[in-house]
Amino acid sequence: MSLRRKYMFIPHTNATSARLGRLTSYAVHRVALTLLLGLGGCSTGVLAPAGRVARAENVILLDALAIMLAIVIPTLIATLAIAWWFRASNRKARYRPNFAYSGRIELIVWSIPTLVILFLGGVIWIGSHQLDPGNPLPADRKALDVQVVSLDWKWLFIYPGQDVASVNRLVVPAGVPVHFSLTSASVMNVFFVPRLGSMIYTMNRMVTQLHLQTDGPGEFFGESAQFSGDGFPYMTFSVSAVPEAQFTGWVAKAHGSGAVLDAAAYAELSRQSVSAQPFTYRHLAFDVFEAIVSQKLPPGPGPESRSATPVASLRPTS
Amino acid sequence: MSATDLTERSWEDRRAYTFGGAGDEGHTTRYATGHGEGGPASKRVIVGYGFWIFLLSDIIMFSAFFASYAVLASETAGGPSARQLFDKGSVAAETMCLLLSSFTCGLASLAVDRRNLKWTQLALLITGLLGFAFLLLEMREFAGLVAQQAGPTRSAFLSAFFTLVGCHGLHVTAGLLWLGTMMAQFFAKGFREDICHRYLCFSLFWHALDIIWVAIFSLVYLVGTVL
Amino acid sequence: MFGKLSWSAIPWDQPIPLTAAALVVLAIVVTLAWVLIKGYGSYLWHEWITSVDHKRIGVMYISLALLMLFRGFIDAVMMRSQQALAFHANGYLPPEHYDQIFSAHGTIMIFFAAMPFVIGLMNFVVPLQLGVRDVAFPTLNSTGFWLTATGAMLVNISLVVGEFARTGWLVYPPLSELRYSPGVGVDYYLWAVQISGIGTLMTGINFVTTILKTRAPGMSYTRMPMFCWTALASSLLIVAAFPVLTATLAMLILDRYVGFHFFTNEAGGNMMMFVNLIWTWGHPEVYILVLPAFGVFSEVVATFSGKPLFGYRSMVIATMFICLVSFTVWMHHFFTMGAGADVNAVFGIATSIIAVGTGVKIYNWLFTMYGGRVRFTTPMLWSVGFIVTFVIGGMTGVLLAVPPADFQLHNSMFLVAHFHNVIIAGVLFGAFAGLTYWFPKAWGFRLHEGWGKAAFWFSITGFYVTFVPLYVAGLLGMTRRLQRYDVPEWRPWVLAAGIGVAITACGLACQIIQLIVSVRRRSELRDLTGDPWDGRSLEWATASPPPVFNFAVLPDVRGEEPYWEIKQRAMETQQLADEPRYEPLEVPRNSPTGFITAFFATVMGFAMIWHIWWLAILGLVAAYVVFVWFAWRDVAHYEIPVEEVARLDRARRRAREEWLAAHARVGEPA
Repeated sequence: MSLRRKYMFIPHTNATSARLGRLTSYAVHRVALTLLLGLGGCSTGVLAPAGRVARAENVILLDALAIMLAIVIPTLIATLAIAWWFRASNRKARYRPNFAYSGRIELIVWSIPTLVILFLGGVIWIGSHQLDPGNPLPADRKALDVQVVSLDWKWLFIYPGQDVASVNRLVVPAGVPVHFSLTSASVMNVFFVPRLGSMIYTMNRMVTQLHLQTDGPGEFFGESAQFSGDGFPYMTFSVSAVPEAQFTGWVAKAHGSGAVLDAAAYAELSRQSVSAQPFTYRHLAFDVFEAIVSQKLPPGPGPESRSATPVASLRPTS
Repeated sequence: MSATDLTERSWEDRRAYTFGGAGDEGHTTRYATGHGEGGPASKRVIVGYGFWIFLLSDIIMFSAFFASYAVLASETAGGPSARQLFDKGSVAAETMCLLLSSFTCGLASLAVDRRNLKWTQLALLITGLLGFAFLLLEMREFAGLVAQQAGPTRSAFLSAFFTLVGCHGLHVTAGLLWLGTMMAQFFAKGFREDICHRYLCFSLFWHALDIIWVAIFSLVYLVGTVL
Repeated sequence: MFGKLSWSAIPWDQPIPLTAAALVVLAIVVTLAWVLIKGYGSYLWHEWITSVDHKRIGVMYISLALLMLFRGFIDAVMMRSQQALAFHANGYLPPEHYDQIFSAHGTIMIFFAAMPFVIGLMNFVVPLQLGVRDVAFPTLNSTGFWLTATGAMLVNISLVVGEFARTGWLVYPPLSELRYSPGVGVDYYLWAVQISGIGTLMTGINFVTTILKTRAPGMSYTRMPMFCWTALASSLLIVAAFPVLTATLAMLILDRYVGFHFFTNEAGGNMMMFVNLIWTWGHPEVYILVLPAFGVFSEVVATFSGKPLFGYRSMVIATMFICLVSFTVWMHHFFTMGAGADVNAVFGIATSIIAVGTGVKIYNWLFTMYGGRVRFTTPMLWSVGFIVTFVIGGMTGVLLAVPPADFQLHNSMFLVAHFHNVIIAGVLFGAFAGLTYWFPKAWGFRLHEGWGKAAFWFSITGFYVTFVPLYVAGLLGMTRRLQRYDVPEWRPWVLAAGIGVAITACGLACQIIQLIVSVRRRSELRDLTGDPWDGRSLEWATASPPPVFNFAVLPDVRGEEPYWEIKQRAMETQQLADEPRYEPLEVPRNSPTGFITAFFATVMGFAMIWHIWWLAILGLVAAYVVFVWFAWRDVAHYEIPVEEVARLDRARRRAREEWLAAHARVGEPA
């Protein structure tokens, strides 16, 4: 069974030659997952994948873990066994004070880690290429484009095709691939939805790319995974994956209320503050994302915009 | 086999061994000090070696500045670029000053070896004057750039340029202070062993600065203006 | 006149920092008063502060490390307790304060606890193991120590005057640029680390030269103890990596002070370049820390198994292999920055390759124990605890080295648990093993075994109870550096980690008690011969503590374990060899250069932080004057008369003869 097949968990393909292998590894993963999930609740995080990217990464993580445990567990047992057996009070153990070299042991000792790493190297190469965040997800429909901007200390999600924007709440149609273009208005952040898969940095003047897709409808937790200042713990957002009809409905509702995202609104948004509730903008006055990337809209002004107000009391009026 | 203990012969005795002497396992050949089994090196070697290691670390620091220059060379932020700014004539003059000063520094080293105070001081003086001329030319270049709104705060490229070249200039300045101190020490204390060791380090430093300047004018000025 | 400094720099309105600051100032004042009243000032100045003796400097480094470990641990307790309380709540630390605490915790632990500890051990042990009298540049050694102390001083001053950085321990821009961090916090960090970095570089140069150019006659490279090999590898890494740190921090200083644009958002700055440069230093840094710890384990495992180290040449190759490859993996710290699949994969593979070197070492330690007679003294407990725990930490590291896995675990609590796993198990356990192992050599009496074992068991239990829950929290999606959180699934794990830190605190308390009890009971714990553990390398040939000149006559090294063979011969023949011919010895003079230079460096650093320009220039000029004044001295050595040398060495020989007479059988530890 090729590694390719193993690591791209594509729900609807049916290559017969790979089926048995896939089912076996699927079973192993399910068992491992169940064990791990039993650890502490399974409604969040890396161990509860809700999207194809997360699931593939999950498989790689567990496989790498299995490979490593195959070496590590015997090593740990050997350590404790040797230390206990050869304790000074144990006169049954043979004392070999000159046993300081053995060519055979050296060969094995260098070979085992090398072989493991060679194998892992293959996993790394293939996995990195298959799951690069910039890879578009193969699908039979066009991806939804969402532009993401991290500000101090909130997330702005711009839907260029729908002419709406949302703060701290990302609504996407379930089961549809989403293509994210990301940047930052000020300092580095990381866009991360643990149950959906890869995270990626956001940096001012630069655009990073990410592709994710949910399996089905659901609510997911999102956060920033790069410390960005005093308001950092408030940079959480929710992801709502909804049926397509509901998504269209949400877009329509957003068109009907809220402010226009123009330069003034953006200036207000880029001041250091945290957002009490998610809200939306009904219209994009211009290509806000491009303006942020090209710095036509200047980078966030920093603490001068809040004059030493403690973060916990920074709630904007909207 | 000799009944040896922790406190065997001192290493001065060992240096007197001849080939195949006394049936000592592993000591049938004579080793130079500071290598392998030869025991500790002489003070001069230790001082020189340590200073070489320092120079290597300094070169690595310069490498980081070179790397940042390479990354930021194209980030002119709408401002002037290398081609528009660099004056090849001035750079050529600076290079000549520095190369000549390395030559006179070499002459000074020879004079130190011959313990000739007059020629040592003369060669060091000329070295210092040439180094000072280099600094004057460089400061003039920097002032000129600042005057045409091309100072280090203008763009990332200029920040990297001023830092790399300026760091070298700071090293030259420190070198001149050191040179003055060496001249004073030779004058006050003569050619004492530790002062000669210190001078060895200074000359290594001065030549290394020259090598770094060669890298700078090649990678920054030549590449910037010609390519 | 005083730049940005004013009375409002003291945190009058924040009770927690104010109380902490008051306690620290009180402690310092009381200590100084005690020293002065008891008249210890002169003793401290002449015997310790101006000392250029590597043994004294080593002890001072370790003392600094232990003090800062304590401070860093308090920060950790505050972080864990805040997180335990801050579920759907604000806890007791507002973000402005919490952010300083985790930044200070990382900075202090790496730069002022782990580094000095490891360097202190290297300082004390390496010249003794090499069979020489001191390092290559003793006054440079002293200067390096005092500059490190300067950095520690500046970080602690930030508690009282001003604030510390609120950016994390690696001050990523643009957050650390002036616009987003306008206060003095990042400046405190920059000057503290920059100044102590120069001190560390001096140490690196010193030890490379010492190990490569000054060894006892007969000690070829293949006869050097393993600890010296790892010290060499670590020193080479220092020489190669610290200049990059110096350059990078200099660039950030220029950005903040003079408006340059290396890493700013505007004018073309490149923040990714900072991340690359800082990790080019940062990854070798962790090997600088862990390689000497590996060296300690090699020494300890061999000694307490009663066997030579297994596979010596293989260990040397593995060490130098790790040393080289550590420069090729830096990018694994930011797989998620979007560098592309090829780059990610190459660095991922390089990272796994470096695991090969460490794996080899683990197996060689196991085979050292195999066939031995393992005595489970405190150092040996730390070593076995290290092997078990470090292997797990290394495993999680290899998992993180797989980019697709890292895409979900980067910057999570899983990562935090991983690096604490390897640093605590590797560096800290190694440091405690080394401390306990070489303590009798430094002070002439052993540490109390019972309290040492208690410290070990509490510490290792505390480690697991703290960090295994954090691994789980990371897998559940928890990211790092959170002052508060609202996800209920994370709560039980964060609470468990809080309990773990309490257990670890017991371990730390045991260490302190161990020290106090050992000092009080030192006559019972005395090391009479200088070889309390039945050691195998040359440091055990000296008295405990060794005389200032270490060896009356430099040893002539024959085999791989010079002292072991000498000892076997002495026991077989039931006598020591003939008394050697004593000569007067030249020993480097003490010098206040290091201390005074560092004093002015502190002044300069503080002045730069607060923009007191005239004071900064004064400090710089004064430091330069101190150099020149030192260079002007005429007498660098003093002579120890031959009678004194003979007296000290004969006392040592007498102690050994007494021991030999009392232990007529071969193979008895002292």
